[in-house]
Amino acid sequence: MGNEPAHTVTRYDQELDRLRGLVARMGGLVERQTAQAIAAVVDQDEDAALEPPELDVEVDALEREAESLAIRILALRAPMAVDLRVIIAVLKITGDFERIGDYAASIARRALKVEPLDGALSFGALRNMARLVQENLHSAIEAMVNNDSECAMQVWNSDTAIDELYTAMFRELVTYMMEDPRKISPCIHLLFVAKNLERIGDHATNIAERVYYAVTGEMLPALRPRGGAAKKPAEAG
Amino acid sequence: MQGKPLADAETDAAAAALSDRPIAIQVNNLDFYYGKTHALHGITLGFPERSVTGMIGPSGCGKSTLLRVLNRMYDLYPGQRATGEVLFAGQNILGNGLDMNALRSRVGMVFQKPTPFPMSIYDNIAFGIRLHERVSRSEMDGRVEDALRRVALWTEVKDRLQASATALSGGQQQRLCIARTIAVRPEVILLDEPTSALDPVSTARIEELLDELKTEFTIAIVTHNMQQAARCADQVAFFYLGELVEVDSTARMFTAPRESRTQDYITGRFG
Repeated sequence: MGNEPAHTVTRYDQELDRLRGLVARMGGLVERQTAQAIAAVVDQDEDAALEPPELDVEVDALEREAESLAIRILALRAPMAVDLRVIIAVLKITGDFERIGDYAASIARRALKVEPLDGALSFGALRNMARLVQENLHSAIEAMVNNDSECAMQVWNSDTAIDELYTAMFRELVTYMMEDPRKISPCIHLLFVAKNLERIGDHATNIAERVYYAVTGEMLPALRPRGGAAKKPAEAG
Repeated sequence: MQGKPLADAETDAAAAALSDRPIAIQVNNLDFYYGKTHALHGITLGFPERSVTGMIGPSGCGKSTLLRVLNRMYDLYPGQRATGEVLFAGQNILGNGLDMNALRSRVGMVFQKPTPFPMSIYDNIAFGIRLHERVSRSEMDGRVEDALRRVALWTEVKDRLQASATALSGGQQQRLCIARTIAVRPEVILLDEPTSALDPVSTARIEELLDELKTEFTIAIVTHNMQQAARCADQVAFFYLGELVEVDSTARMFTAPRESRTQDYITGRFG
């Protein structure tokens, strides 16, 4: 996506560069939103909790700008082959970024409702999961910026670990709630935080799929590899 | 992940359907020379029956030359020769002793600029038929009407069949030329930039016509208009400097071509 020689029409290159710039800026913003949201929870940091919802406005504005530019390029340049694939990928990826921004804002809004409750709830498992999600999100954005299909493939293959951590957290929190009904409220909030993180991981995987297609022209299979232990909690009984 | 990643299922299915079709014309290892100029290099390409093959590439890439080999048009000029084989109906048409009139009645051609004969609309169609067959007056009327209906020209000209064909608009003239070609009931129709002199509405009519004609004829179209190849063709062949760089189903060629030279050309990066 962009390692090709220049177009004969220079303006066309400028428009595509601008589009790529918009989506890269979105990527940077949602990475920051996600990092701040996680810090708000695990450090119980009130200031950090304020930022993700504020940044959301900017993310949404960038999405609209990227979408209208993409539509203009589609209409006026009739892009083909790699150009077409990049524009379609951008349209999809901006949608994924927008969702990630929403999830981060939602995590931030819950952050202070997740009380550590007499030390019974540690954020250890959440920290682990957050680290993997942030790594995957970062790698997906790097893959996008560098047109790196290998890197995209790695992200695509490593979402399983996040799913497994989420399943483990789900079981742990259910146990706490059964032991002590007073913990139900903070546990539920923590569960939503974990669920939102897991969804952010899924969107990082989507981004990796789009990047892979844009770079190679081949679509990844519809089903991702899944470990036996990585069933969704709803199915895990 | 197991095995090769998939392109999308519909693109794959379209390519598979095309490769299952019998081949109407098979070009094998074709080399072509204009005097000392080596214009085509070892071309191997099959034209699937009852489908549209689009031929694209920059000027001078050899696409029109190949078209002119397919019905031996090149015989009209001295100093030109072809080696290799072009198999059509079980015969190598590059061989000697071929009946050129018979070949050209089975492989018809439409040119860039409409070429109506300076005679009536009716006679433009009847002329070609008379060259190859003897038919009664009433049968001729039927054949002329049928050909004109097939190119959607009948309602526009039925009241002035004896008027001069040169009075028609450019788009009408081109449809008349296509009618003239199909009136002799060929198996293959070759089109060399058939819409480059036409306005967008006339162009759309011709493209719509191709969609209908391909249910019955094998069609090869040379075009400079990439969007036209994308709209009309089932498979697209990209030529560059006398070589066939890549041929694939149209969806594949315009979404994910395999060769970087193809991609550079169709995305407008040719330097």
